Amino acid sequence: MSILVNKDTKLVVQGITGRDGKFHTGRMKEYGTNIVAGVSPGKAGETVDGIPVFNTVAAAVKATGANTSIIFVPAPFAADAILEASEAGVALVIAISEGVPIQDMIRVTPILKQNGTLLIGPNCPGLITPGQALIGILPAMIFKEGNIGFISRSGTLTYEVVNLLTLNDFGQTTCVGIGGDPVAGLYFIDLLERFENDPDTKAVVLIGEIGGDAEEQAAQYIAEKMTKPVVAFIAGQTAPPGKRMGHAGAIISSGSGTAEEKIAAFNKAGVPVAKEPAEIPVLLRQKLEGLK
Amino acid sequence: MKIHEYQARQIFRDYGIPVPDSVLCYTVSEVEKAAREMNRMVVVKAQVLAGGRGKAGGVKLARTIEDAVAAGKQILGMDIKGYTVEKVLVADAVNIAKEFYVGLISDRNSKSVTLMVSAEGGVEIEEVAKETPEKIIKFHINPLTGLLDYQARNVALELFGDIRLANKAASIFTKLYKLYVETDATLAEINPLVLTPDNEVLAIDGKMNFDDNALFRQPKILAMREPDEAELQEIAAHEKGLSYIKLDGNIGCMVNGAGLAMATMDMIKLYGGSPANFLDIGGSSNPQKVIDAMNILLGDKNVKAVMINIFGGITRCDDVAKGLIKALEIIMTDIPIVVRLSGTNAEEGLELLKQTGLPTVSSMSEAAKKAIELSKR
Repeated sequence: MSILVNKDTKLVVQGITGRDGKFHTGRMKEYGTNIVAGVSPGKAGETVDGIPVFNTVAAAVKATGANTSIIFVPAPFAADAILEASEAGVALVIAISEGVPIQDMIRVTPILKQNGTLLIGPNCPGLITPGQALIGILPAMIFKEGNIGFISRSGTLTYEVVNLLTLNDFGQTTCVGIGGDPVAGLYFIDLLERFENDPDTKAVVLIGEIGGDAEEQAAQYIAEKMTKPVVAFIAGQTAPPGKRMGHAGAIISSGSGTAEEKIAAFNKAGVPVAKEPAEIPVLLRQKLEGLK
Repeated sequence: MKIHEYQARQIFRDYGIPVPDSVLCYTVSEVEKAAREMNRMVVVKAQVLAGGRGKAGGVKLARTIEDAVAAGKQILGMDIKGYTVEKVLVADAVNIAKEFYVGLISDRNSKSVTLMVSAEGGVEIEEVAKETPEKIIKFHINPLTGLLDYQARNVALELFGDIRLANKAASIFTKLYKLYVETDATLAEINPLVLTPDNEVLAIDGKMNFDDNALFRQPKILAMREPDEAELQEIAAHEKGLSYIKLDGNIGCMVNGAGLAMATMDMIKLYGGSPANFLDIGGSSNPQKVIDAMNILLGDKNVKAVMINIFGGITRCDDVAKGLIKALEIIMTDIPIVVRLSGTNAEEGLELLKQTGLPTVSSMSEAAKKAIELSKR
């Protein structure tokens, strides 16, 4: 089992003829992801890596039954692409695009809700269910099938930690990069709930960072609703207040959103917080052995 | 992106929000001239991009022209939270019967623009939120309809009680929402919004922040940017595809990815060192980016050692190594550099780096320890 994506996922790539879209389509296909269509207005009838290209998402969905979309279009057009997928009936949209204006995401949100569309991102590396589907720009070789669920606001830090998990023989059910923007789609609690309900997931690793209070909410959710162990790591303990640390959402504003507050919330919820990435597998082992 | 109060006041005026008259002054003689022309009680206000100006002594009421000159002398050139005051606003001082807080923010949790108002005006809203959160009225605005007149009126009525005053305030709320959306703001605050003894409702202070990701479609806002020295460095780095923030430690960091870059800084601190910066070079292995990044790092005279931390994903470590070798051929430096490569083609990359004689390691913690050790030599 897994969450959100698996071998039955039928993927449409929006922006498939662009540089990034084309490159990552090749990599996703190589991994075995079931890519059924691409979209690029004006390029209908072409193929990329043998995948048929359509002018619109609606046409792609009609012809192929695509149920999941990945978006590689430039940030100024990302909100439009997300809505196009949603209106075409795509159930899950993954927006890789970095630099989408917050107002665009605020306007998109109620329409997605109305259509029942799930969104991951924007400004995210995507997600992977090892052995079944890679939907994003994650480097496939560091992942391994197993029973750890993984959620992170970061990209390369995800790779760093997943690599450590895999080296320590902790394979993963599904790894989700939720992205570094302040207004984004599925977030910690949405995914914790899915991992809690996924019979194959035995424990969850959560990578948070400064900015907002989603980690505090996640901590409360874990304390109240979760039976499975969770291990956390928070990046940005040395970040100065008022500065955006690369990610649009990684900012300590008016003294709130600090790593200290988040770590305290997790500790209070009984969630161990690693001092450095290498400590994550150690804490995970302790937690899982404690269950036996 | 942040702007000054005088700029926020101008945006407010452009959208029809009542704001008292004011003049921006760079010198004491300009302050004198402004006070003379206004010929009434004024308030002299430091224009710096920092909060808590009042507490720092950067805002002074002046009843006479002499008072205004004295205030100008005191405030111009003073330091507020590390910012030197280069200009002051001389503003019409209005009589205040009551002060309120009005703010719009982009709320992460409700994923909406949220109107926040409070009868506790004039103080920092964060303090109100912490001490007495029940004194803040919040309203999440549906982006599909915008802030409707009746909604603004309901909120205003809760705050003012009186319908005539509420109508005046509501009109300010809807104008503030309009300008918020149209300028891609992330914060628009009127603090305080004041009620005068003759029942006028006025904005006497303003604060606005904007979404950096939307500046591409906000040329007027972008033209208002007045970056300080640190921000100029950040902007210059950004133009080269780098994300850079200077800190005050002595170990320069170059990392691919923002999360990993933060984790790298944290790790240096964890092992007893002090990071000199946040620097994310992104996903590219382009040698030019590495050269640009090294130039920035080595331009910081505090830097005693450099830690390069790359986790190769899509980016291949051997490409990064090639970029580094090219960069180091151009940049001659005595500053010790430790390189950590892991992930895709790390072994090939480390092999290539052997010829440079740089210390190379394969884990983050080793790299941090080594960089700290080298920084102490």
